[in-house]
Amino acid sequence: MKKRKIREFLREWDEGNFDFTMETMGDLHQGPEDPGRLPPPDWKNQPLRKAEASEVKAFRALYPVLSVLLLVSVIGFLLITVLQLPPFNSADTPANTSEVIERYVAKGLTETGAVNIVAGIILDYRAFDTLGESHVLFTAVVAVMILLLLPEEEKENREEYRILHSDLILKNTARLLVPFILMFGVYIILNGHLGPGGGFSGGAVIGGGLILYAASFDRRRLQKVLNMNTYRLIVLAALSFYSLAKCNSFFCGANGLETIFTTGTPGAIFSAGLILPLNIAVGIVVSCTMYGFYAIFTRGRI
Amino acid sequence: MLSILWNNRIQVVAVVLFAVGLTTLLLHKNLLKKIIGLNIMDTASYLFLTSLGFIEGRLSPIVSGGNTDPALYVNPLPAGLVLTGIVVSVSVTAVILALSMRLYRRYRTLNLDEIYRMVHREQEEED
Repeated sequence: MKKRKIREFLREWDEGNFDFTMETMGDLHQGPEDPGRLPPPDWKNQPLRKAEASEVKAFRALYPVLSVLLLVSVIGFLLITVLQLPPFNSADTPANTSEVIERYVAKGLTETGAVNIVAGIILDYRAFDTLGESHVLFTAVVAVMILLLLPEEEKENREEYRILHSDLILKNTARLLVPFILMFGVYIILNGHLGPGGGFSGGAVIGGGLILYAASFDRRRLQKVLNMNTYRLIVLAALSFYSLAKCNSFFCGANGLETIFTTGTPGAIFSAGLILPLNIAVGIVVSCTMYGFYAIFTRGRI
Repeated sequence: MLSILWNNRIQVVAVVLFAVGLTTLLLHKNLLKKIIGLNIMDTASYLFLTSLGFIEGRLSPIVSGGNTDPALYVNPLPAGLVLTGIVVSVSVTAVILALSMRLYRRYRTLNLDEIYRMVHREQEEED
C-alpha cells in the first residue's frame, strides 16, 4: 500500500506536473511591476541623440583608461606597502606585541571569565562595538523591508509555490538535516564562551537551517511561528536586552558597584557573567535576520 | 625584493584579491558582478587582517589549562575585527541587492549603461 503510494508520487514527480519553461520561471524572477511611471518598452532600441551620443562616446572611451590607471596605481601602492611590512609569521611586530593584546590574553580569563579570549574581547571589553554591529544588521533588515516588502494581502502565486515546494530530494534531505543543523547552531551559541563559536556564527548556522526548512516545505508552517509580528517582538526583545545589559555594566563600572553578573568558574557553562546571555541575544538577532533576508528576497514578506 | 614578497606571500595574495575585486567593481557593467567584486574586496581585507595576527606554532586564543601566557597564543584582536567586518559586509550586500532589485523592476535591466540612458531620457522628458 505504502509502496504504491511512493511509486505514484515518484511517477507524478518524474512526469513533471510543473513545467520549467522560461515563461513561468520568468514570472517567478521578475517580480511585480514597480508602481509609478514605467519607461516605454521600446526605449532600449531607440537611437541615441547627437549630444547624448557624443557624451556617451567620450565617457565610454575615457572610463576604461582611467579605471585601468587607477587600478595600476592602487595595486602598485599596495604592493609597495606589502614590501614595507614586517615579515609574515613574526611574533615581534607592533601589531602582535602591543600592550592591549598582552592585557587581553593575560588578564582576559580572570576579568571576563571567558575561556575563549575572542568572545571575551567582543562581548566584554568591546561589547559596545558588538551592540553597534547588531544594530547594523537590524538596520539592514529594515532597509531591505522598506525597499522590497509587499503588502500582506497579495494573492498567492500558485505556480511559484508549486515550483518551490515539489522537490522530493530537497524535502527528504531537509527532513533529515534540519534538526541537526538547528541543534548544532544552538550548541555553537551556548558554547561561545568555552570554545570556538559565538552568537554570530551560531546565529548564521541556525539561519541557514531555517532557510533550508522554508525552502523545502510549506512556508506557512514556518510562518505560524516566525512571521512579521513575532520577528519584530523577538528582535526588539533581544536588542533591548543587550542595550539594557550594557547600560547596567556601564553604570556599575563607572560607579564602582558590584554587578550581579559574576565571572564564576571559568569553563563552566554558567560562567563569564554577561557573555552567555549576550551571545544568545546576538544569536537570536543574527538567525532571525538571515531568515528575514531570505524571506523578503524570495517572496517579499516575512 | 622578491624574497620579501615571497615571505609576505599571504599579504601579496590579499593585494591580488583586492585588485581582482576592484577590477570587477570598476570594469563590469552588470550590477550583480559589481556586487560580487565588492564582496571579493571585503574578503581580501579579511585575509590581510588575519594574516597580520598569525604566528606559526602558537595556539588559537582559547585558554587551555589556565595558562595565560601571551606568548602561547596567536593575536586574538584581528579575529574580533574580522567578525565585525563580516557582519557589516553581509548587511551592506543585502541592502545593495535590494536596491538593484528595485532598479531591475523599474528598468528591466541590470546593465548600468542602459539604466543611465533611461534615466537621462526620463529627465529630458520631464524638462
